[in-house]
Amino acid sequence: MVDITFDPGDVAPPAEVEDVELYHPHSWLTKYVFSQDAKVIAIQYSMTAISIGVVALVLSWLMRLQLGFPGRFSFIDGSNYYQYITMHGMIMVVYLLTALFLGGFGNYLIPLMVGARDMAFPYVNMLSYWVYLLAVLVLTASFFVPGGPTGAGWTLYPPQAILAGTPGSDWGIILMLASLMLFIIGFTMGGLNYVVTVLQARTRGMTLMRLPLTVWGIFTATVMALLAFPGLFVACVMMLFDRVLGTSFFMPAIIAGGEHLKYAGGSPILFQHLFWFFGHPEVYIVAVPAFGIVSDLISTHARKNIFGYRMMVWAIVSIGALSFVVWGHHMYVSGMNPQFGFFFAVTTLIIAVPTAIKVYNWVLTLWRGDIHLEVPMLFALAFIITFVIGGVTGLFLGNVSVDVPLSATMFVVAHFHMVMGVAPILVVFGGIYQWYPKVTGRMLDDTLGRIHFWVTFLGTYAIFFPMHYLGLIGVPRRYYELGDAAFIPPSAATLNAFITIAALIVGAAQIAFFFNLIWSLFKGRAAGGNPWRATTLEWQTPETPPGHGNWGKDLPIVYRWAYDYSVPGAKEDFLPQNQPPLAIPAAIGATS
Amino acid sequence: MSVTILFLVVIASIVAWFLAHQRLTAKPWLEVGAIGDVPGTGASPAPAAKIGLGVLLAVIGCLFALLISAYFMRAEMADWKPLPAPGLLWLNTVLLAFSSAALQWVQIGAKRGLMEDVRAGLLAGGLCALAFVVGQLLAWRQLNAAGYFLASNPANAFFYLLTGVHGLHILGGLVALGRTTDKVWRGVAMSKLRSSIELCAIYWHFLLFVWLVLFALLTGFAGDVLVICRALLS
Repeated sequence: MVDITFDPGDVAPPAEVEDVELYHPHSWLTKYVFSQDAKVIAIQYSMTAISIGVVALVLSWLMRLQLGFPGRFSFIDGSNYYQYITMHGMIMVVYLLTALFLGGFGNYLIPLMVGARDMAFPYVNMLSYWVYLLAVLVLTASFFVPGGPTGAGWTLYPPQAILAGTPGSDWGIILMLASLMLFIIGFTMGGLNYVVTVLQARTRGMTLMRLPLTVWGIFTATVMALLAFPGLFVACVMMLFDRVLGTSFFMPAIIAGGEHLKYAGGSPILFQHLFWFFGHPEVYIVAVPAFGIVSDLISTHARKNIFGYRMMVWAIVSIGALSFVVWGHHMYVSGMNPQFGFFFAVTTLIIAVPTAIKVYNWVLTLWRGDIHLEVPMLFALAFIITFVIGGVTGLFLGNVSVDVPLSATMFVVAHFHMVMGVAPILVVFGGIYQWYPKVTGRMLDDTLGRIHFWVTFLGTYAIFFPMHYLGLIGVPRRYYELGDAAFIPPSAATLNAFITIAALIVGAAQIAFFFNLIWSLFKGRAAGGNPWRATTLEWQTPETPPGHGNWGKDLPIVYRWAYDYSVPGAKEDFLPQNQPPLAIPAAIGATS
Repeated sequence: MSVTILFLVVIASIVAWFLAHQRLTAKPWLEVGAIGDVPGTGASPAPAAKIGLGVLLAVIGCLFALLISAYFMRAEMADWKPLPAPGLLWLNTVLLAFSSAALQWVQIGAKRGLMEDVRAGLLAGGLCALAFVVGQLLAWRQLNAAGYFLASNPANAFFYLLTGVHGLHILGGLVALGRTTDKVWRGVAMSKLRSSIELCAIYWHFLLFVWLVLFALLTGFAGDVLVICRALLS
């Protein structure tokens, strides 16, 4: 039920934004498969991303089996291990998180939250998904070609990425590069839509400063991704040239097997610059949407307006801008001019300022809030803690002198998994628990959700917390086997076994989540239009799930910001964004 | 990466200029509107497609800025042997400039409703652009015949890479231009075509600009400018 006390059509001035002409599907195929409806595309994006994400999860299991019980599993050899590492990293960062936050959450939430009927260019939006699917299929195909997928590490550093001897150097690396290029082309199509829709298709009254922070987060991340992905694209094209056509963009003169290879003079460092020009913004491309979504979850479930909305917006924008000038901190150990090292360390530490502002504001939003520990809220709170821990170790690694000894150890693995693995994925879960009722009209099962949350949250800590310690005693990352190193105590092996068992449990706990998704689709409690009593526009649609065109006959009109919770004098403890101001005195009159 | 940083500074200034006009200092929590008094969203009056093209051009610009950055960084290595740019490039440049001018003419014609001008201009623009692409391919053949192969020197590799990426963008533009031309021939009302003609013209001017930069780079002119700039700065 929508809580509107009068018909806004009576007094609404003529629309400023012309009502777009929607593409109306004529057949089952154009409605559910080749659909131009952003909501359907969002579900397609999410399901594809989650499916390939499960593959990456299984790969991490295999990796952990080797690390926890070295040599026990004969089917894992050194080459396989590197292939698992590479594909796990690449899939999780690019094909799961980026695609899910922008293609999944972005497609579903942007049009609904800004009060639009659909994306600005629905056809291009549809194309975006199909190109993305093609990219995923090419990536998947690399598991089945001779030599298997590439094992060059997710950073694909040359020269080893394309040298014989690296697993998958025949076909794997070619398919990997082709798949990334397709992904980037597909993403650019989608990204144009997200940006233009936020800029141009907002409904009447929806100023930028009235946007929910979720939209700010996804919007900023999209702008960053549009500018950062060309870096990866250029790197991929040039590496493909080196591999297939024998150029020497990145490849230095190399003697392999006593033979001079055809390459000469290329610069591997050039690749690193291009890669990390993409790679560092990428970290924030998955973090900034998470920031936005978490802000909305916390405000909704603490029944309190977000603390420092303006600061939150400014912080998101400045994090986006700063993330483009810190890429060098991934290259401290590649060798660089010490003054550059200083520059990149300073910019890296400066990013902590807007990020800390956001953390303070989340905590201050919770302060004296009416906190409801619903499942989405649990995930949001877990995100804050996890992100702070991962962020603090980031401050360690941002300093050149601390980074150099730690760079090749498990400490780095712990850091980036906390900050850009676990933290964003907690938000993904929180977001799914939050918006599933809108997408399907049914609630996810609460008990299963809580089990899923606690096992995942505590379990990921059991996995990644000990890795900090392993890193500090010097256990190297990327190694297939540790062998007998004097500085590694036997307890490290015990710890590794413990981590592996925790990883198996956390992975298995996701079955509860998937079961919940499917079971609740049929048997879940009916959700109604606005189960969380939230203010943002997507909860005020006339139908749940929202129909084609989202809003029925008239677009909503926005009268207030997205965070009017617990407003004194109001009848309910929340005022939807499209609730006209006159309704407040009427409501007070009704109660007295 | 200084070229890329420079490009990002330009983009950042545009974003900052845009945000500065968006009342980012507003305090939305204090805004109590009245019915019928809804603030404007600040959306641009330009059609969405034009904004979309602008964003796309920023992405393409970033792509070329990164390629040019890579060009300069790789050119510093010892094995870099610049290749003589084929004289044909001058002719190609003139062709592309003609193409761009023709589309500008089409745009003016479309505004005034001069159907003949629009048709002639679209044909001339499309053919000139096509001739440009063919000319680029001929330049490749000339270089190949003269022994400047793709893999024999990084300078050659960059020549083929940059001209190739630019040529692909022209081909992509030709698809859009072809669709527009087709609509004109099928007699679609001019009011519906004006926008797509304008978009084609903008895209063409942008690619001409990119080509001029690349041309300066590949003929060695940009390198000279860089040397002069460095001399002036130091």
